[in-house]
Amino acid sequence: MDSFWSALGDAIGLILAWDSDLIEIIGLSLRVTLTAVLLACLIGLPLGAAVGALRFPGRGVIAVSLNALMGLPPVVVGLTVYLLLSTSGPLGPLQLLYTPTAMIIAQTVLVTPIVAALTRQVIADLNAEYAEQFASLGVRRGARLAALIWDARFGLLTVALAGFGRAVAEVGAVIIVGGNINHVTRVMTTAIALETSKGNLQLALALGVVLLGIAVLVNAGVMALRSSAVRAAYA
Amino acid sequence: MLDGQTDAGSGAEPLLQACGLTLTIGGQVLIDGLDVSIARGRRTVILGANGSGKSLMLRLLHGLIPPSGGEILWQGRPADPVAQRAQAMVFQRPVLLRRSVRANLRFALGVHGLRGRERDHRVDQVLEMARLTDLAARPARVLSGGEQQRLAVARALAMSPRLLFLDEPTASLDPASTQAVEDLILQADADGVAIVMVTHDAGQARRIGQEAAFLHAGQVAESGPVADVLDAPKSRPAQAWRDGQIYIEPAEEKAPVQGKKA
Repeated sequence: MDSFWSALGDAIGLILAWDSDLIEIIGLSLRVTLTAVLLACLIGLPLGAAVGALRFPGRGVIAVSLNALMGLPPVVVGLTVYLLLSTSGPLGPLQLLYTPTAMIIAQTVLVTPIVAALTRQVIADLNAEYAEQFASLGVRRGARLAALIWDARFGLLTVALAGFGRAVAEVGAVIIVGGNINHVTRVMTTAIALETSKGNLQLALALGVVLLGIAVLVNAGVMALRSSAVRAAYA
Repeated sequence: MLDGQTDAGSGAEPLLQACGLTLTIGGQVLIDGLDVSIARGRRTVILGANGSGKSLMLRLLHGLIPPSGGEILWQGRPADPVAQRAQAMVFQRPVLLRRSVRANLRFALGVHGLRGRERDHRVDQVLEMARLTDLAARPARVLSGGEQQRLAVARALAMSPRLLFLDEPTASLDPASTQAVEDLILQADADGVAIVMVTHDAGQARRIGQEAAFLHAGQVAESGPVADVLDAPKSRPAQAWRDGQIYIEPAEEKAPVQGKKA
């Protein structure tokens, strides 16, 4: 137990000293995760909204698939993206394996079904309320989706947050396609795994503390935004 | 005018006409061969007990539900989305977007193709008409029930419809708010908008209606000038409704069953 506390003390020392390795790893983590979540939202929000609010052939199949894909094992996603990007794979010529871009692709694949499936539910609930009024006004499909997404914006923020939580804490996929290369593809989770196995508990713990801190801060921010929206009856 | 009666005097083609309209869901006939004719600029109230098909009839006429059979004509031609855009509907519970009062109006006008200054001008006009100018920046959903329904009626009228459907718009409002909504409806009538309103309130039916149709079991049991239908109903379902009794279809000519006052 003593070694835990001394390691934690050293870890906080590292954070306070603004250790350059630490900052680099945190920076890359955030860059990869935020980009992946942004891409997942760009794909998942309209897709989920369309499945939630519009009627078209294949809608039920897509809805079931999205729900099933929410539980995608990260290592399977990592392996699949690895096969696609490896030299002999169809995207091999792009030479993206072991780059942050490969990690972004893997995390986007992982998070998009989560964003889409949760969005479908949020939008379906709101659509149940709006559908008749929209039909009466004669709102066209595209405008309907846009209005539903905008009006559900605070609920969808929580959806994006769920995607962020999944991506930032994920290790299996990024370690396969990123390779945990120092100064190139080392992110918080892969670094924690590596440093722990090396016995370098201070750096591992410091990264763990930062990871927790980011999760708490992002959650608190979204909750504050949501509760102010609830007060204004916008959520 | 309803049920095949012609518009006295004018002889003009009706604005909206439904012929043999039926709606069957799960083998149950909910609307049963309805013939309706709505004249231009007239005010019609739809009366009837709970479950008689009043709200369904409104939704069918407005094109929100496809009928199982029959035909709806708008100015003599089959009703289409263009016809629907010349109509508006106000629901019992106002459905307002999670936006400001002004943004709710802007959205609806935007759907109807208004943009820029023209739209802003129309929004201001409508806010003024509904006496909501001071509340324009407020989130629509924090308004009182009466203000929300005023906004819903104002939004419907903003699009300058030829025909306005109202489904018990004042069912949950206090007398002052009811009065304000009725004022807006009568203002629309003065501007030439035809009104079709479902109500349970005989007093309101007299204030708003010129014509009345009494619905029972998905059919028009009787129709005519509102005073006639209310004061001297000829059909047994309408008589039972006036007397505050629950009407049960006689299997073999039974008298209406005594029920609680409505």
